Amino acid sequence: MSELDIAGGLPISLDISKYMRKTRGGKIKTATKSKSDFAIKMTIFVLLTLTVYGFATFDYKNIDMARAAIGTWNNVKVLFGQPRLTYSTWGATLHALLVTFFLGALATIFGAIIAFFGALLCARNIANPYVASMTKSFVAFIRAVPTILWVLIFTVAAGLGSVAAVIGLTFHSAGYLIKAYAEAIEEVEEGTIEALKACGAGFWQIVFQAIVPSSISRMTAWTFLRFEINFTNALAVGAAAGVGGIGFDLYMAGNHYFDLRELGFITYVVVAAVIFLEMIATRIKATVR
Amino acid sequence: MSDEKMDIKTEKAPRPQDQTSVFVKRKRTFTLALLGVAVLFAVSAAVTEYDVIGGFESIPRAVSWMAQHFIPDAKAWSRLPYILSKLVETALMSVAVTVCAGICAFFFSLFGTKTTKTDPLIARIVRIVAAFFRNVPDVVWAMLLLFSFGQNILTGFFALFFSTFGMLTRTFIETIDEVSASCVEALYATGATSLQTVFHGVIPSSLPEIISWILYMIETNIRSSTLIGILTATGIGYLFDLYYKRMDYSSASLVVISIVILVIAIEILSNKIRKVIM
Repeated sequence: MSELDIAGGLPISLDISKYMRKTRGGKIKTATKSKSDFAIKMTIFVLLTLTVYGFATFDYKNIDMARAAIGTWNNVKVLFGQPRLTYSTWGATLHALLVTFFLGALATIFGAIIAFFGALLCARNIANPYVASMTKSFVAFIRAVPTILWVLIFTVAAGLGSVAAVIGLTFHSAGYLIKAYAEAIEEVEEGTIEALKACGAGFWQIVFQAIVPSSISRMTAWTFLRFEINFTNALAVGAAAGVGGIGFDLYMAGNHYFDLRELGFITYVVVAAVIFLEMIATRIKATVR
Repeated sequence: MSDEKMDIKTEKAPRPQDQTSVFVKRKRTFTLALLGVAVLFAVSAAVTEYDVIGGFESIPRAVSWMAQHFIPDAKAWSRLPYILSKLVETALMSVAVTVCAGICAFFFSLFGTKTTKTDPLIARIVRIVAAFFRNVPDVVWAMLLLFSFGQNILTGFFALFFSTFGMLTRTFIETIDEVSASCVEALYATGATSLQTVFHGVIPSSLPEIISWILYMIETNIRSSTLIGILTATGIGYLFDLYYKRMDYSSASLVVISIVILVIAIEILSNKIRKVIM
């Protein structure tokens, strides 16, 4: 206990123990129980339980793990160690890569256009709250359907080809970008919008003079991020739905010719493309911000 | 009143020419950007042989087709227990993959962050390994594993594991660097060892972010596992493919509906958890 005499003569007692929480045993508490702590622990517990339960109930079909693992390791060595083209040519592979690239680009363009208007409908600071919540739930539904299922559904209506792939990819792109754009729009300062409203600006004037200029850089960054994702998705869709591009070559090499070397060659081409895209995206993000 | 303020008052207002130039410039940039997108669109459509008009026409056709055929009927409902069992299996696999990959990625990312003061060479190697696993698409892993593991749940498990691991390692490195920098510095200043810093500084401060990312990856992996399932003939993806190829569209629609409900439920739940822990 310490008592200090300050110039005026008023004794101020600094009783630290008043601010300290102690356990029943008398030790100083260093951690406090809070709702978030409990939630974190519960989440971890539930996730671990589900994982253990999952491993216990999976149907492994009596697989010989050791043999499969050794086999896979040998395949990895062949795949990455001896890439070679047998069934396809350099030109055809690069053309397929370009097809996948442009499928992703088309889906991104369509997705961005739809998302721009969609985001205007569900950004909290400019939209009608009812319309906003309705749009948001609709978008949540669109995003919940896996991309490949959209592609397969559209394959029935539009036939196998780029139309089904692009439209299928567009659904998810639009859903993703609406959420991202809406967040970017919500970051726009309230004052800017209010000032324009006070001047008598109409809705579209506010959009193009206040919202677009101040959120375009974020939107561009998100769009490029989505383009990267769309490239990988176009690849996956090409493999699983057979809509063409380098993903289909990948599928043919792996599931039809059973040619690990060709699979390896295509993998290298794809990885190079993905890294290239990532580098561009990083550069754009750096210049935009 | 200072002289400076007087100066500002007497300064001339910007000339109207300068003011209009902002709008002109904005318009020019806008036009250029629009032109760039139009060119990209034209090239893309040409290379991919995309039929623009056909594309727009197919949308109403698809909607009307879905309204007619894509509705679960009595036969589909009778298959519901089987569909749900496959759905649960896929969901459990996504959780198991994400948790295992998350734990591995966390320990791995500790070697990649600046906070633990590992050798810069090790940190660089960690980042390169993470980039490798992230950039090889899960489709390639699925194809590769299919050779040895066959049509087994483990094929999908490992395919998703590798890509999730790569993705989460990078994210965790960024998160740890960002979130725990200040408390790690404080702990080092008190003379704590690396291990103590990790357990008392890094883990408590970055745990909420890490859990948030894991929840996000579970959601993503459920969607990805549908695709991997189609490729490797396992889980809910295979079931959809089976009904789809048999043209049993009403059963296929029930599969889609059940996936949608599961994904939305997980999304709502994770958002609730995020609100509490962040």
